[in-house]
Amino acid sequence: MKAASFAYVRPATLDDVLAELAGGDGKVLAGGQSLVPVLAMRLGRPATLVDINSVEGLDGLARDGDVVRVGATVRQRTLERSPLAAAVPLLPLALPFVGHRELRSRGTVCGSLAHADPAAELPAVACCLGATLEVAGPDGRRRVPAEEFFVGAMSTGAGPEDVLIGAEFPIAGAGEGHGFAEIARRHGDFALAGVATRVRVDGDGAVQQARLTGFGISDRPVTRDVTELLRSAGPRRAEPDLRAATAELAAEIVDTGGDAHGSTGYRRRLFAVLAARELQKAHRRALPTATEDPS
Amino acid sequence: MSGKWTPSRIEDGPLVTGRGRFLDDMDPLPGTLVAAVVRSTQPHARIRGVDMSRARAHPGVAAVIGPDEVLAALRPFPLSTGAPMHYYPTGTDRVRFVGEPVAVVVATDRYTAEDAAELVAIDYEPLDVVVGARAALAEDAPRLHEDAESNVATDRTFSFGEVDEVFAEAAHVVEGEYDFPRYSSVPMECYSVIADWREGADGPSVEAWANFHGPFTMVPVMAGALGIPTSKVRLHVPADIGGSFGIKAGIYPYVVLMALASKHSGTPVRWTEDRIEHLLASSTGADRVMRFAAAVTADGTVTGLKVDLVDNVGAYLRPPEPSTLYRCFGNITGPYTIGAVQIRARAVVTNSMPTGLNRGFGGQQLYFGLERLMDAVADATGLDVVDVRRRNLIRGFPYETPTGGVYDSGDYHAAVDLAVKNADLAELRARQEAARAEGAYYGIGVGLVTDPSGTNIGYVGLATPAEQRKPGRDKSGSTEHVRISVDMQGLVTVMLGSVPQGQGHATVARQVAADRLGLPVEAVRVVVDMDTATTPWTVTSGSYSSRFAPLVTSAVVQAADRIAHTVRAAASVMLDLPPEELELADGTVRHRDDPSRAVQFRHAAGVVHWDPGALPEGTPARLYEEAAFTPREVKAATRDDRINSSLCYGFVAELVAVRIDPDTLEITIDRVSSVHDAGTVLNQQLLDGQVHGALTHALGGAMYEEFTYAESGQPTSGTFLDYLCPTSAETGYDLRTDHVVTPSPLTPLGAKGSGEGSSMSFPVALANAVADALRPTGVEITKLPLHGEVLHQLLENTTQKELS
Repeated sequence: MKAASFAYVRPATLDDVLAELAGGDGKVLAGGQSLVPVLAMRLGRPATLVDINSVEGLDGLARDGDVVRVGATVRQRTLERSPLAAAVPLLPLALPFVGHRELRSRGTVCGSLAHADPAAELPAVACCLGATLEVAGPDGRRRVPAEEFFVGAMSTGAGPEDVLIGAEFPIAGAGEGHGFAEIARRHGDFALAGVATRVRVDGDGAVQQARLTGFGISDRPVTRDVTELLRSAGPRRAEPDLRAATAELAAEIVDTGGDAHGSTGYRRRLFAVLAARELQKAHRRALPTATEDPS
Repeated sequence: MSGKWTPSRIEDGPLVTGRGRFLDDMDPLPGTLVAAVVRSTQPHARIRGVDMSRARAHPGVAAVIGPDEVLAALRPFPLSTGAPMHYYPTGTDRVRFVGEPVAVVVATDRYTAEDAAELVAIDYEPLDVVVGARAALAEDAPRLHEDAESNVATDRTFSFGEVDEVFAEAAHVVEGEYDFPRYSSVPMECYSVIADWREGADGPSVEAWANFHGPFTMVPVMAGALGIPTSKVRLHVPADIGGSFGIKAGIYPYVVLMALASKHSGTPVRWTEDRIEHLLASSTGADRVMRFAAAVTADGTVTGLKVDLVDNVGAYLRPPEPSTLYRCFGNITGPYTIGAVQIRARAVVTNSMPTGLNRGFGGQQLYFGLERLMDAVADATGLDVVDVRRRNLIRGFPYETPTGGVYDSGDYHAAVDLAVKNADLAELRARQEAARAEGAYYGIGVGLVTDPSGTNIGYVGLATPAEQRKPGRDKSGSTEHVRISVDMQGLVTVMLGSVPQGQGHATVARQVAADRLGLPVEAVRVVVDMDTATTPWTVTSGSYSSRFAPLVTSAVVQAADRIAHTVRAAASVMLDLPPEELELADGTVRHRDDPSRAVQFRHAAGVVHWDPGALPEGTPARLYEEAAFTPREVKAATRDDRINSSLCYGFVAELVAVRIDPDTLEITIDRVSSVHDAGTVLNQQLLDGQVHGALTHALGGAMYEEFTYAESGQPTSGTFLDYLCPTSAETGYDLRTDHVVTPSPLTPLGAKGSGEGSSMSFPVALANAVADALRPTGVEITKLPLHGEVLHQLLENTTQKELS
């Protein structure tokens, strides 16, 4: 379990990073939490590892207008501990589920997005919130909506000569509530099924919009507008009343082949339960006098 | 907060400050090269040829060996039975599991060795595969070993007592078929070997280092394969080993393989197993398919037992297998007064990793069947699961079982009562009632096990029919050797051959020796690194079958008492008192009635070293003593196949309560009450640690860990992404542990082993709890592991059945 030989470079500028990636046989190293095991098992053999940790300006974490912008080398743990995270409530809900604390202290937010594991949490958060991802490549920079970025399992709109340099998460507005949950065999494992939810209500508490992203259930995060689903569930938007509709949704969008840890059928069951629970929670949190469900 | 941390074990300081010295930290021989192992990608295939030419030509490569070199130099490992299933450290004619070694590359470093290993080209002719014990038994199953008539490596039937009669008279015959899964203990440190082949004036010899922990019966097995005398295999074991729990007993084929690699490279060779290799090809507990039947009277008394065990030992009958079948032979009836028993014991080979020792060895498999069966007995008789067990518990000790076990001591009723009280069973039943009222699942499971320790290796003989066992060639014993010496300053050194892997043997041995010699613990040091050329050892030496507390500490007592005898003799001269009136206490040798008449221990010891002319007639000037604790209660198997398979038998009573989310089917452990009887407690903290560790190990097997294989024979749990070990996040349940103490009359301190009890009891207690929780659904629990996906499938199938 030793990597095959590779060249290692640590450029100081983004231009140099792109120059090293030109040709397409390089691989970006940020936190290395997914890449290094892949190298050690010789499942990947890039000619060059391009370490971006010394590139100036990629470690920014700041509020920028109505978004929180996370640079390419910002660690998951840094974001988790930052007061800025509270402005995007799905982030503090989701980050504790990303691996374990030790992994989060090395792993980067953008690395998780660029790796695009279909069961990962951060791609789902990005999709649910409609985050924008900024990609630099040989033809310049481009901004990609999260839902378009994830095109398949471990597959994104960033090509082999591109580097994801930042992610912008929209700051929550008034009348928004969120929910996040996943079920894994153990804490810290990739989810068998998970959901991120966002519900917006108006000043009277009427549901304006509801959005749900499932993960671990297909080859990429799957996002649906579930406004009508939530509205149809009775005035309390209570979990039991939502279950028939979320079960229907599960049958539609859960299409992963399944494995020994979770078959397609079990993942449908989990998705249906979690979707109902987290929609109810998001709705309650969105209400003017937000009340946590005692259950 | 107090300012200074005091380690509770002598081992802890170095370990937690990074000063442990594990095998991979050691570099004892200059010029050692590094090996990588080329492994089979095929579950079952004929080896048409192995082309090593490109690997041999790779820069930095010193040697490459494959099946031809193995066949030319080695003999098959001697097996525990006469099965014609030749076992070498590599595949020779065929490969029989994914991960089986085929070739070894020796190079300047591991990177180069792995680069060259990719250049070894193996030409395979794929063969049909056998996955799982049931498939192995099929009439038309592909055969793994051409010389054998079937895949059955051993098949023996035993009968004790009036089995047919009690079954004929039974009010109920309760039956069950159960599957026990295949899992490991996943030590943090993997296998590591350094081997050096030397040609000497008197022929070849091998000096090797390995993080091996016995049983040292494997030293003659290694020598047998190498074709050299046992005394010419010198094996070193480092003081620090990063866990094993039995798994590292499976390292010995690699010692032989690296010795052969060293012969070809002309240098010492080092190989350290990586995690991928470990999860594919090191060792695991055996999975078992089993049928049980109980003859039960109308009042719920179990009078007879039939068991049919089929162990899947993997591709080879690697010694010490088929011991999983026999380790619990003397306690196969568990803690119950079952007078008649019939046993069929089979081991089969399949295209999977070979099996071996794993904490609880044979016990978790046995008790999964026996204690699931006891729940079925409760069902059949309408009795409560605790009551039906109480009705059948053994009361008087010593107790002889029909299979030859002699339980040395115990108070099973007291332990069960305590476990029930600590669990607050009434409250748990109330929780269950409340949960059921709202449509939720809540269950309570019980597991009672007789916990054997200090194995009698004679049980291995049972795999061979009595008429084929040669007179005068019997095997028996639970011997452990210890050497104690006192230096010129009076410092005591205790040398153990117990090769610990983190259990804290040095801490306990130091305390025991200090107590016997009346010294502060600071005056005693313990040496645990092993060298077969200098450390006292025998075939039964090692760290397995919970033997430290009952056997090793007994040898420490015996050796220390001999030292004390000599020191008293020396002091008697100094004090002018008869030695029999002297006692060792407070660092002195003193008159037992007048402590003011005393000399320092070190001064008395000094007389032995410096002034032996002053010693009394008949007292040798020797302050080193060896003891071989040799209990007489463990004898070879009788002609009618009974055996006392362990010296001591402890007891565990465990209650487990689980809550199951009716929507997600996640299982949450609500409470565990575990009561152990390990005889005299030598160190409460270490005993608690063993209980916690065994519980977590068992939690892995019960809910998370399993080595699985696809129908194609490819392993499907080859990394930690799929082979899931419980972490601290999974163990945060309400745990209540306690102890009952019935000292063993067979060991000088009254101690029994305790490292494996909950490994045996918890898997079935959890299964019983889940079965109890799901009782309203009609789901049957007959196998492990249990988790949401498994319950989902069970419930779906039950619903399907109801619909059809």
